Amino acid sequence: MNENQHSSWRPWALLAPSLGAVFLLLVVPVCFIVVYSFWLRAPSGADIVAFQFGNYSKFFQDFFYPSILLRTIRVSLECVFLCLVMGYIPAYFFYRSKTRFKSLLMLLIMLPFWISFIIRTLSWINILGDTGLINYLLVSAGILGEPLGMLYNEGAVLMGLIQYLLPFMILNIYVSLEGIDQSLLEAARSMGCTEWQAFREVTLPLSLPGVSAGSLLVFVLSAGTYLPPMILGGPGNEMIANLIFKRVIGTLDWPFGSAISVILLLLVGTIVWTYNRYLGINQVFKAMQ
Amino acid sequence: MFKITGWSLIRLYTTLVYIFMFAPIAVVVILSFNPQQFGSFPMDGFSLRWYAKLAGNADILEAFGNSLVLGGLTAICTTAVAIPAAMAFVRYDFPGKNSLNTLLLAPIMVPEVILGVALLLFMRWLQQPKSFAMLLIGHVVITLPYVLLVVQARLVGIRTDYEEAAKSLGANPLQTFREITFPLLMPAILAGMLFSFTISFDDITATLFWATAGNQTVPVKIFGMLRNSISPEINALGAVMIVLTVSTPLLAGYLARRFARGS
Repeated sequence: MNENQHSSWRPWALLAPSLGAVFLLLVVPVCFIVVYSFWLRAPSGADIVAFQFGNYSKFFQDFFYPSILLRTIRVSLECVFLCLVMGYIPAYFFYRSKTRFKSLLMLLIMLPFWISFIIRTLSWINILGDTGLINYLLVSAGILGEPLGMLYNEGAVLMGLIQYLLPFMILNIYVSLEGIDQSLLEAARSMGCTEWQAFREVTLPLSLPGVSAGSLLVFVLSAGTYLPPMILGGPGNEMIANLIFKRVIGTLDWPFGSAISVILLLLVGTIVWTYNRYLGINQVFKAMQ
Repeated sequence: MFKITGWSLIRLYTTLVYIFMFAPIAVVVILSFNPQQFGSFPMDGFSLRWYAKLAGNADILEAFGNSLVLGGLTAICTTAVAIPAAMAFVRYDFPGKNSLNTLLLAPIMVPEVILGVALLLFMRWLQQPKSFAMLLIGHVVITLPYVLLVVQARLVGIRTDYEEAAKSLGANPLQTFREITFPLLMPAILAGMLFSFTISFDDITATLFWATAGNQTVPVKIFGMLRNSISPEINALGAVMIVLTVSTPLLAGYLARRFARGS
């Protein structure tokens, strides 16, 4: 302790590069787009410094933009739900499995995490497309007369999103299952619980921190992505990140693009803040180690 | 009886989830060998035609070069920034420690689109054109939290006894770090570098905002190629990327295990 007091400048010196980077390259730019969202777009294409809410009232003036915001929330919630349904059982499998291939199996489920997001997204075209795997099998088996249109709808977007986000969910649930004290389960069993009762009364409630952390992560990442809707979705499946991409890269309407970014940031920020207030954000980071 | 059926259902379910996760990836690799003009079923023989075409495509080779350099530099810069930060968080006590730690991990929770837009517009305002340097600093911010988590977790596991012994023998903090902490931290540093290399190599969401025609990365290139429908060439490029980014962690895991056994 004596040494720490003596060198109280030292941790700050060690932190300076990373704090500087995050402050200058994340905090300041994000504050900057908040300011930018109040600026005016002149007809000439120049941006005029101003303080007005025109960009926000444009977003909420009719139902077009808000409906995309609502769709983003709905699709992300669907994605969370499906990841839970698809992820809990494999996580439980890893937790209970005694096979010596367990670490290999876990490595495998994390592998897609290492594969480029764009390749994983476009790979669904090979599965769901008119000449993709499913249609090819069904048509050549004579079950279908002509290919089923499975691409460019919300289902296809969800496939892409789930494949991207499922490993996050499985990992979070697994980490919290691993943390369960085994003696609690033994106690439940010795007091006459069936396996199912022990799961329902002990394992499931104690795994909820992982479930909620995984859900938060999946929701946040899903709400901020534009690639699956762009590649696998149709015109009616755009999400809010697609709007941002179009405004900033396509039409170069930066004040409006900033305003939409701020709206997305508020959505995500409110959810993360609420989560942190009641559950603590550190659970989310635990799984990533 | 219940146990056996229940468990086998769980196994079946898990297998199905694996198929869901891997079928699309496997199909990309399989179709990349399809000699047909259109990258889809039915398979019509086996050919390396599209790989040969890739190898002769100067644009794509250039994108590969860009991606490798960018990933390598990102790995080095991020790790160099993350190690001292991890030392501060694990080895020192200071006011505001927990909030600052959360702040440094925050980029994980900020949608990448927003990172992309914010940095782009901020740099525009500073009159800085899009450049390779901008891609690099952007990727450092994106990968920093992941590397920090990996290094911090390992540092917590290294007991301070050795460091204290070195100090009591007269080593200054820098010498202690160089001779004791750094070698012990090496596996985490390598893992962190690998992690940030792969994230940078694969990143598309934010990179699309920052890349220019002159410094396209492979994912940005693929995005551009997608405009004209999915060609067999994309499948071949995808297969190369898959093999590259998947073999790296497997190789690293293997090496780590060998080193662990050796010591």
